[in-house]
Amino acid sequence: MSDPGLYNYWIVIFLMMTGLYTIIARRNLIKKMVGLSIFQSGVFLLYITMGKVSGGTAPIVVTGGGATYSNPLPHVLILTAIVVGIATTALGMALIIRIREAYGTIEEDEITAQDLAS
Amino acid sequence: MNFEAHLPVLQIVVPLLGAPICVLLRRKTTTWLFAVAITWATFAMATMLLLRVLDGGAISYMLGNWAAPWGIEYRVDTVNAFILFLVTLIGSVVIIYAPASIARELPDVRINLFYTAYLLCLTGMLGMTITGDAFNVFVFLEISSLSTYALISLGADRRALVASYRYLILGSIGATFFVIGLGLLYMMTGTLNMADMAVKLQPVIGTRTVIAAFAFLSVGLSLKLALFPLHAWLPNAYTYAPSFVTAFLAATATKVSVYVFIRFFYSIFGVKFAFEQYHLDTLIIPLALIGIFVGSLVAVFQSNIKRMLAYSSIAQIGYIMLGVGFVSQTGLTAALLHLFNHALMKGALFLAIGCIVYRLGSANLEDMRGLGRRMPFTMAAFVLGGLSLIGVPLTVGFVSKWYLVLAALERGWLPVAALILVASLIAVCYIWRVVEVAYFQKADDHAEDSPAEEAPLSMQIPMWLLIGATLFFGISTTFTGGIAQRGAELLMGTSP
Repeated sequence: MSDPGLYNYWIVIFLMMTGLYTIIARRNLIKKMVGLSIFQSGVFLLYITMGKVSGGTAPIVVTGGGATYSNPLPHVLILTAIVVGIATTALGMALIIRIREAYGTIEEDEITAQDLAS
Repeated sequence: MNFEAHLPVLQIVVPLLGAPICVLLRRKTTTWLFAVAITWATFAMATMLLLRVLDGGAISYMLGNWAAPWGIEYRVDTVNAFILFLVTLIGSVVIIYAPASIARELPDVRINLFYTAYLLCLTGMLGMTITGDAFNVFVFLEISSLSTYALISLGADRRALVASYRYLILGSIGATFFVIGLGLLYMMTGTLNMADMAVKLQPVIGTRTVIAAFAFLSVGLSLKLALFPLHAWLPNAYTYAPSFVTAFLAATATKVSVYVFIRFFYSIFGVKFAFEQYHLDTLIIPLALIGIFVGSLVAVFQSNIKRMLAYSSIAQIGYIMLGVGFVSQTGLTAALLHLFNHALMKGALFLAIGCIVYRLGSANLEDMRGLGRRMPFTMAAFVLGGLSLIGVPLTVGFVSKWYLVLAALERGWLPVAALILVASLIAVCYIWRVVEVAYFQKADDHAEDSPAEEAPLSMQIPMWLLIGATLFFGISTTFTGGIAQRGAELLMGTSP
């Protein structure tokens, strides 16, 4: 496999900016959660990319040794971060359900309008 | 097995295991008693740790006996032992307050889940404080944040849901920024252990990757600790959360984030890089000062006293960060002291508001007319807490502001010292508004001749305990001042 250079990092930046833009620009609560998930995925990719060692294989000990391994630690860290991301998304979705029950809408503008009216 | 040797890990494991047991216990009184036992146990352990650290220096604990740079290390020194003590102290006091206050605000079936979330939140905050592993900080940060979002959303008003959602979005962005910074640091050093990272960072400190990490970490952590202008999540979250939750969070959550901030920029990046080379202080000090003024001024115009105190919290965080930004022995002492003192007085004030809400069902200023006569003890506590917030002598607020002014004068910044004093005058304004309404305005119609209706004793006692602490530590400063001073020496690197 040829060296990908900075290709992955461009993707990371693209994903992160897409996510952040979605969070800021969208007024729909679910779309904001989608943005947050994309934003977090960017970070996952960042960690996984930095664990890659050129020419390295999966870190399984081969008899005889001498093989080059990729760094497994960032992968493990990101497993934790993925779990955290899922928990955040689940909690966010649960909150959106409760908000919809209480307000009858998930559009931020309408919620603000209802709060101001009450 | 030696019990004392395992104290650092028990500090985390006990509340962490307590949380799922709370789910199983189901009955509300049983779960409450259980939560009290767990919280008091963590307080006892934190006290023992603090005493041991003060005697014998930092304690290092290897999780599962894996050696330091590879395994996770829990490291307790003067600074975080002090924060552990503070968090568990507040927890132990406010948990007494919980049953009466919560019964009004939550349906019975959810009460055991409420205590579960509370214990998880406590675990998260203790973990963030005690750990010596940078990624571990993130994991505990998320444990405490996720349970905080759940706790806030339990508020009776539907706006609590939106406040919680907004905090979830901003909190997650903050935490993700923190992880990005951490990833970049790991890239350059290949280690996650804080002490090891501090050493390995020095040769590569000027590189663009480290500078990017520096930027991500400072923004991410500032969001979590609600430094102006990243405070947008705080007012609504504090206003609509249940009274108990507000008191607990206002006294602990932002303080722990401030601790992590101090730890990263003083211990890992080091004073030389963070402040002398990249001048983080020239960013923090103006923001802290603006935060103090904007927070205090906005507080003056609030009609809801819970929201008023939430804005005052933003101002008080400004004071703490001002101390951090001075980058001097005295400044850091002031910051650590104010961290502790503000937790005591804001905790007490929010507990007092909880008592008022318990009786009146609202926290609106206009409903409080003549309350000084109807709830004399609660209002007296509120006034004492308010005096401390202003910084009147013989209260804790005076002690920390004294150190702050000293630190400002030490650097020769007279205008900053003057601004601190002027800002205290604004605090007089917003506390006075409450005093005026409660003591000098007649209650409308029949409320005047109804008998005194104080909140139940189980809510009064914790409130007075915290008020007592604000007075005690305001008069006798040897304990807190001594520890804060030693902590500051440690962080500035002037003591071994």
